Amino acid sequence: MSEQDDPNAPGQNVPAQRDDAGDLIATRHGMFGAAGGADTSGYGGLVRTVRLPGASGRPYGGWFDEVADELEGALEEQGLVPENVIDKTVVDRDELTFHIEREYLPTVARTLRDDPALRFELCTGVSGVHFPGDKGRELHAVYHLRSITHNRLIRLEVSAPDTDPHVPSLVEVYPTNDWHERETYDFFGLIFDGHPALTRIMMPDDWQGFPQRKDYPLGGIPVEYKGAQIPAPDQRRSYS
Amino acid sequence: MGLEEKLPSGFLLTTVEQAAGWVRKSSVFPATFGLACCAIEMMTTGAGRYDLARFGMEVFRGSPRQADLMIVAGRVSQKMAPVLRQVYDQMPNPKWVISMGVCASSGGMFNNYAIVQGVDHIVPVDIYLPGCPPRPEMLLDAILKLHQKIQETKLGVNQQQAAREAEEAALKALPTIELKGLLR
Amino acid sequence: MSSSPTSPTPEAPSASQAPPRETTEGTVYTVTGGDWDEVATAAAKSDDERIIVNMGPQHPSTHGVLRLILEIDGETVTEARCGIGYLHTGIEKNLEYRTWTQGTTFVTRMDYLTPFFNETAYCLAVEKLLGITDQIPDRASVIRVLLMELNRLSSHLVAIATGGMELGATTIMIYGFRDRELILDVYELITGLRMNHAYIRPGGLAQDLPPGAVDQVRALIKKMRKNLPEYDKLASGNPVFKGRMEGIGYLDLAGCMATGATGPLVRSAGLPHDLRKSQPYCGYENYDFEVPTADTCDAYGRFLIRLEEMRQSLRIVEQCLDRLEPGPVMVADKKIAWPAQLALGPDGLGNSLDHIKKIMGTSMEALIHHFKLVTEGFRVPAGQAYAAVESPKGELGVHAVSDGGTRPYRVHFRDPSFTNLQAMAAMCEGGQVADVIVAVASIDPVMGGVDR
Repeated sequence: MSEQDDPNAPGQNVPAQRDDAGDLIATRHGMFGAAGGADTSGYGGLVRTVRLPGASGRPYGGWFDEVADELEGALEEQGLVPENVIDKTVVDRDELTFHIEREYLPTVARTLRDDPALRFELCTGVSGVHFPGDKGRELHAVYHLRSITHNRLIRLEVSAPDTDPHVPSLVEVYPTNDWHERETYDFFGLIFDGHPALTRIMMPDDWQGFPQRKDYPLGGIPVEYKGAQIPAPDQRRSYS
Repeated sequence: MGLEEKLPSGFLLTTVEQAAGWVRKSSVFPATFGLACCAIEMMTTGAGRYDLARFGMEVFRGSPRQADLMIVAGRVSQKMAPVLRQVYDQMPNPKWVISMGVCASSGGMFNNYAIVQGVDHIVPVDIYLPGCPPRPEMLLDAILKLHQKIQETKLGVNQQQAAREAEEAALKALPTIELKGLLR
Repeated sequence: MSSSPTSPTPEAPSASQAPPRETTEGTVYTVTGGDWDEVATAAAKSDDERIIVNMGPQHPSTHGVLRLILEIDGETVTEARCGIGYLHTGIEKNLEYRTWTQGTTFVTRMDYLTPFFNETAYCLAVEKLLGITDQIPDRASVIRVLLMELNRLSSHLVAIATGGMELGATTIMIYGFRDRELILDVYELITGLRMNHAYIRPGGLAQDLPPGAVDQVRALIKKMRKNLPEYDKLASGNPVFKGRMEGIGYLDLAGCMATGATGPLVRSAGLPHDLRKSQPYCGYENYDFEVPTADTCDAYGRFLIRLEEMRQSLRIVEQCLDRLEPGPVMVADKKIAWPAQLALGPDGLGNSLDHIKKIMGTSMEALIHHFKLVTEGFRVPAGQAYAAVESPKGELGVHAVSDGGTRPYRVHFRDPSFTNLQAMAAMCEGGQVADVIVAVASIDPVMGGVDR
């Protein structure tokens, strides 16, 4: 939440955006999802930005600081500059997220797994997210790492642009990611460099496109009832 | 299939029809085609409380060559569709299909890229069984209705006659969109 | 062969129906049906003794539509691979076109043997995004735990039943489904449905327990206490059963950690890792129960663990009944809570008559509120959250992303069956073909969860 105290600010007559802080990932126009053609709702001028929680400052609170310190220290020991490796650290909803520069992902994961003070032994796989509005970082790969030794859970996030959808594979470090990475490749087209056999896993081998990307339609068909036809869920009007 | 298909229409054929229908309906062998949630209900139907054995059907054949009823129990994905068709093709005639559950019948709530919107796109369906998943009692009801259908199956020239009549009726039938229903 | 393959693909001339195809791996002959002896003789004549057998995706012993690709040398499996995706339903994509509340209806159909776990995990993630985790009423949490533990029982019962059936022990299947029916009766009383309930909703529950539910659960506990020892008598000490299961499907702790296996797999390797203990949710820290482990790392150990977990679940269910106190089952925030109490009408479950009278007759504002909340849904602040529960199969995680809208931006399920199934190759290679079935059954994958 930000406060606009300055009465001379240009947008003073406009109510403050509820989520002014954070990273802009998309901008929405209008309401009720009306697109193409005249908007008679009167809400066509609405502009709303979509922002994800942004970088947090120290202290992160609880054991988060300890993990961040240990990670930074361990990276320095390997001759890396933590600022170059960790893009930003986000603490949101009691969860710690490290945004990692993609080329350093295997190094960071190996450090997190092997450092006695960190010991994130279990990776719960990778989840892809597609943000078409987040220019230059459209594809995100999200990893959740669990430490059974220290009973902690953290999240790693890397991003790749649509034009160069490459992320280093973590199968070397966490063999469990084998199928997870294939799944993410299958659904999002993220190419995990170094994966032993990156092939489709869920869809048939000859499938075209990556079905869970935002630019891929849901693929439903209109359903015919007695005397009416209902369009597929993605063809209906919706609230933006 | 055999001699019965060559019989002239008349008293003899109808008698053979009744005998064949009775014999066929009393020993239907379902092929296991469990896919999703409905498969669990199908197994429940075969187990103790609902006891499909009462209708002589408790033995689910693992091999399609020895089965004549396919209960498509669950959502059919685009990847599974060719497999399903192959299993159907491997079953000997005469064969029947029950489309169990709303996903198999019409795609149901999964109206998307992954699911075939009704198994009748791939194989001919005899009984559509709604429900998500249908209760075992509903499956039993569907099976009993199928038994009745099998009992009334025509043979030879009568079968051709029935097929012609069905086609004519289908051509004359009103499309769904023109039917009067709850939405109009 | 303990099981008949649906489509063996030997790399040798045989009574093939389809013409042989040249591939990078050599000539492939497709044989569907036909005489196995003929196939085997033809394969034996060839120089290359490698036979690759496709088991599934339509096979009675593969626990659903799982396809196993086995390279066999005689009866020994030299290489094993899984083919999955035959039940891919696109549920994660479907969720993105429905409101957050409607999401439970979809997720409950993922792993259809553990509907309450899917719903709870999803709701916990949504509640975390909303920031209302602390506001969930006690009664709702207790009922969630109660249903989850009953669900653990019914899931394990099916695991044991189908596992037994796949070994050829039909009796144990009849026993398992008999007891599962008893539990399903309770589900039906509480939620109205035998499967696919959508009863747990973001913010609480769809409705309160119906009258008589507590008594029926107590009766169920009594009955289950009587029935569970029968599995011990029937199977635990049975030499044939032990002979099939002991030492089969071996996966030690290092293997579990590498493959990310959780649940009974990791516990059979001796590590008492259970999210209910380590990261309690829904108030699990208040219940008294034990996490059973084994040190055998094999299928038999997992079977014993499942049996013991069922006993522990009964203990938790009993404690739930004692902790139940009257109160609301939905958050107090009217902007999130479903506006109406549901009630059973002549045409099924729906909005209660009192509520309809109120919105249609007396309060215009209530009508608007109801309409907005039901058609549009509530907005969830942008961000992401991860919630995990200990499902009968292992760690069931939900990664939910919101863009501040009324519909999920992305929901990803980390299903334990999916992850655990990766361990199949490690368990089966070097063993017998017949043991593949035992190993897969001991993982207890549910394809609905694997493929989603």
